[in-house]
Amino acid sequence: MGLLQEVYMDDILQTRGRIFDIQRYSIHDGKGIRTIVFLKGCVLRCMWCCNPESQEYQIQTMMVDGKPKVIGEDVTVGKVMETVERDRQYYRRSGGGLTLSGGESLCQPEFARALLMVAKSRGIGTAMESMGCAPYEVIDGILPYLDTYLMDIKHTDPAKHKRFTGRANGLMLENARKIAASGKTNLVIRVPVIPTFNDTPEEIASIARFADQLPGVTRIHLLPYHRLGQDKYDGLGREYLLKDLLPPENEHMAMLKKTVESVSKLHCHIGG
Amino acid sequence: MSRYQSTRIPKTERITKLVEHLYAKMPEIESARATLLTESYRQTENEPVILRRAMAFAHILKAIPIIIREGELIVGSSTIAPRGCQTFPEFSYEWMEAEFDTVATREADPFYISDQTKKELKEANRYWKGKTTSELATAYMAPEALKAMEHNMFTPGNYFYNGVGHVTVQYEKVLAIGYEGIMKEAAKELAGCKVGDADYATKSRFLQAVLISCQAVIDYAKRYAALAKKEAEACKDPVRRAELSQIAENCERVPAKGARSFYEACQSFWFVQQLLQMESSGHSISPGRFDQYMYPYYKKDLDEGRLTREQAQEYIDCIWVKLNDLNKCRDADSAKGFAGYSLFQNLIVGGQDASGQDVTNDLSFMCIEASFHVFLPQPSLSIRVWNGSPHDLLVRAAELTRTGIGLPAYYNDEVIIPSLMSRGVTLEDARTYNIIGCVEPQKAGKTNGWHDAAFFNMCRPLELVFQNGIDCGEQIGPRTGDVEAMKTFEEFYDAYKEQMNYFISLLVNADNAIDQAHAERAPLPFLACMVDDCIRRGKTCEQGGAIYNFTGPQGFGIANVADSLYAVKTLVYDEKKVSMADYKKALLFNYGREVHPLVVAQVAGIAARELAKNGVTGDADAVAKMTQEILRQSVTAEDQRKFSELLELIEAVPKFGNDIDEVDAFARDAAYTYTKPLLSYQNPRGGVFQAGLYPVSANVPLGAQTGATPDGRLAGVPVADGVSPTAGKDVHGPTAAANSVSMLDHGIASNGTLFNQKFHPSALSGDEGLDNFVSLIQTYFDRKGSHMQFNVVSRETLLDAQKHPENYKHLVVRVAGYSALFTTLSKSLQDDIIRRTEQGF
Repeated sequence: MGLLQEVYMDDILQTRGRIFDIQRYSIHDGKGIRTIVFLKGCVLRCMWCCNPESQEYQIQTMMVDGKPKVIGEDVTVGKVMETVERDRQYYRRSGGGLTLSGGESLCQPEFARALLMVAKSRGIGTAMESMGCAPYEVIDGILPYLDTYLMDIKHTDPAKHKRFTGRANGLMLENARKIAASGKTNLVIRVPVIPTFNDTPEEIASIARFADQLPGVTRIHLLPYHRLGQDKYDGLGREYLLKDLLPPENEHMAMLKKTVESVSKLHCHIGG
Repeated sequence: MSRYQSTRIPKTERITKLVEHLYAKMPEIESARATLLTESYRQTENEPVILRRAMAFAHILKAIPIIIREGELIVGSSTIAPRGCQTFPEFSYEWMEAEFDTVATREADPFYISDQTKKELKEANRYWKGKTTSELATAYMAPEALKAMEHNMFTPGNYFYNGVGHVTVQYEKVLAIGYEGIMKEAAKELAGCKVGDADYATKSRFLQAVLISCQAVIDYAKRYAALAKKEAEACKDPVRRAELSQIAENCERVPAKGARSFYEACQSFWFVQQLLQMESSGHSISPGRFDQYMYPYYKKDLDEGRLTREQAQEYIDCIWVKLNDLNKCRDADSAKGFAGYSLFQNLIVGGQDASGQDVTNDLSFMCIEASFHVFLPQPSLSIRVWNGSPHDLLVRAAELTRTGIGLPAYYNDEVIIPSLMSRGVTLEDARTYNIIGCVEPQKAGKTNGWHDAAFFNMCRPLELVFQNGIDCGEQIGPRTGDVEAMKTFEEFYDAYKEQMNYFISLLVNADNAIDQAHAERAPLPFLACMVDDCIRRGKTCEQGGAIYNFTGPQGFGIANVADSLYAVKTLVYDEKKVSMADYKKALLFNYGREVHPLVVAQVAGIAARELAKNGVTGDADAVAKMTQEILRQSVTAEDQRKFSELLELIEAVPKFGNDIDEVDAFARDAAYTYTKPLLSYQNPRGGVFQAGLYPVSANVPLGAQTGATPDGRLAGVPVADGVSPTAGKDVHGPTAAANSVSMLDHGIASNGTLFNQKFHPSALSGDEGLDNFVSLIQTYFDRKGSHMQFNVVSRETLLDAQKHPENYKHLVVRVAGYSALFTTLSKSLQDDIIRRTEQGF
């Protein structure tokens, strides 16, 4: 590495950002054994969100097992990479790597870009879970360093999308088209299947048709709604609005998978 | 074309029925062996021990009742009752008589015993007073070693009370030439003995004993041939009649002669496996590389069109059932340490040949399939993993792991081969190793490894550092000085090492005493004829006849000791947040929590010593009174506050298992305090001691004997399991824990290490889950871990945890991006997780 790059890399390692967790041995978010870095802050307010502590950018206190826990930490890219590097040998064996998640990673674009760039330059595979809710220029700056884009598409109807997440979906769908057209990353579509929101065959079929038109997209994941984040709402002193919602039955998920396969050529998988 | 076929084979109805029959009733103790053994011994008083053993073995095999169970294709049962057990009074019997009335109702491994059996056993046992290996071993032990055992510093219970076992014999030799072939070999050796040879007396008698034992086994098989023939003649069902006739033919042929077919090889294998466990009560008689030595018979039959894969699978399945038909009754304490009626018959598949080529074959897969079909704890199925292992094999093994059966265990060739070589095993022998019992590697047919020689509790010497070598009022360890006066951590650590070294030497003393007792009172000629170089040397394994000799006692509680030493270093010496006086008091009084019986015992010891200083000795009432006094007055409210604060401080000190280099390096060094000193000792067979770091299930009873430790562990709580981190202290997931554990020196613990991980099935769901799981194992092995096994939590376990949360305090499940203790979650969340478990499959 030349002197210039070294200095440049040193700067990048100093890039700061705000995270709320690093989870090692994650095996349901991208290929292989992965380390997920959760970035704090989100543009949406999905009513079913299982990581409600991710939504606010500011550092918060959440009660966990009866004890207060500070959620959110400002860290450098270099610091995060120290943890990511600990499992490098597992990535090599399994084809895994680093996954960014959130929140919405694109809320901290420079930090996200720096993390992905450093990982990539060190031979670690990269993925990002994101709704694509940012100006396309921001996304475009990240794509060269991103192996797999795990993109959430929650609904095709803008009004319903707005009602359940706080924002309409126009920008995100538009970005999905652009990302696919760029050919710079492996785009995978993920759909959280939420009863009363998008769990009818018609709604899922509509998303599948949209995804199927995106050039290069071959895979879609249906992620069944779960309530496992529910306790965190209490911990944050917030009310969980979907208290009575039950997770979809296994048979229902299987039926939706068939629906996807009947309206598209996509390879459909239940779970991450 | 692939060099193996791996497609799944369905289970037959026969196997389901055999398993049902086996588990229809509680296992039962029978008296036939003990009675016949004693009968024979009474008639051979003046013969050399080796001949008495052989004659007794022959007498037993001639007269012990035999049975062919309904639907069996492979025959040979040691008891009439399914899963019954015989007894072995020549090793020890007193514990059994003492437990006659509780053995049927005890929690761990109960056995039914009839009044008639009790009477017969009492009659037989009478003879053995003063004649057992156990009694002779005691007579050989140093008084300080006996004292240390009394104080639970270590326990050599396994071979102290039982036969040794822990061996893999040359099955391939019996399959090839039969016992007639072995007898020819022994006869030839005997013919070569000259009456003037220095060892003529012992060698000639030994070889005669081999001849007697082999003939006894041949005759025993013929009893089965006759029984099968008789049953065939009486059988109305033509299918079963044909089966019985075939069984008769098999038993007529093997194990007398070499096997001509795969089916005969299976029957021959079984007689070896069964009768080794009739000769002696040693467990961990391990079939070893079954997929290798059975393969030539399978291949030939398959190539010649005499056998289908389905038939072969059924024979293998039948053997798997039979391996669960054998049983052993241990004393109540040992039963807790080896819970689950386990005989640890370790059978391993895959791996390399002597030249370093991978030898995975059809049978490797069929052995895994058999465990799917039979779904019972035996055999202890193992897989050898190396950089050339076929991915298919590892994935199939992972599928078995996913069922939650706890099998197979995974072993790393890349660590074990050089580790064995460092103990003098040749490259070729090391490459063809197999596993004995739990995790102990060795070379089959050449080794007497004494692998499970003792449980050494590494936490106990640490307790003694705080008490200057005194336990319950008695000076049992060296005086390492007043702990409060130790100025540096090095001084403290040196005191621990001194305590360790002392008790390790006593452990060696106890093991060697037992070793000597077995050589003198229970040499095993039948076993010896299948281990090199016994026949040529004219000695049994117990007498040093094997080529490789070891003694492998295992250390317990590495993680507790490492965390404890690190906490003391950090809090007392580096950060000076806690005084040693406070630490000492906190430990003595169990951090102010439960007044555990161990606390009372220590305080009573202190009281007794105080009284003795004032000239009062032997006054139990005075001791009791003073003990009460101390217990009532010593812990003030201020102390309680300090203790709680100390526990919080300890909680915040980094722990082993979280991928923190400094702590892990510390654990590595702490493990050396056990593994290194052991290497300097030798056993009477001319071999060395080598450490193991694995727990069986004894980490629970050993913990029950251990007072509070400086890592915050309370008195009586189980110590850590094998080389695994302390339960609940590894909080960064499986890769972090694996990285930490791989920081230990697994190579020096050449008697094996055990790393247990618990998984939720969702972690193994789908093909990707299996691939990732295999990658995890391979990476741990890349980093020089030696062994790995998995508890996959089943749906049933989770349901039980809902009902009995008190039993599952440490059950960790993955909850949306974080892990949580299952029992702390609300009912509805628990239900969701149980649903997810179902989806995992």
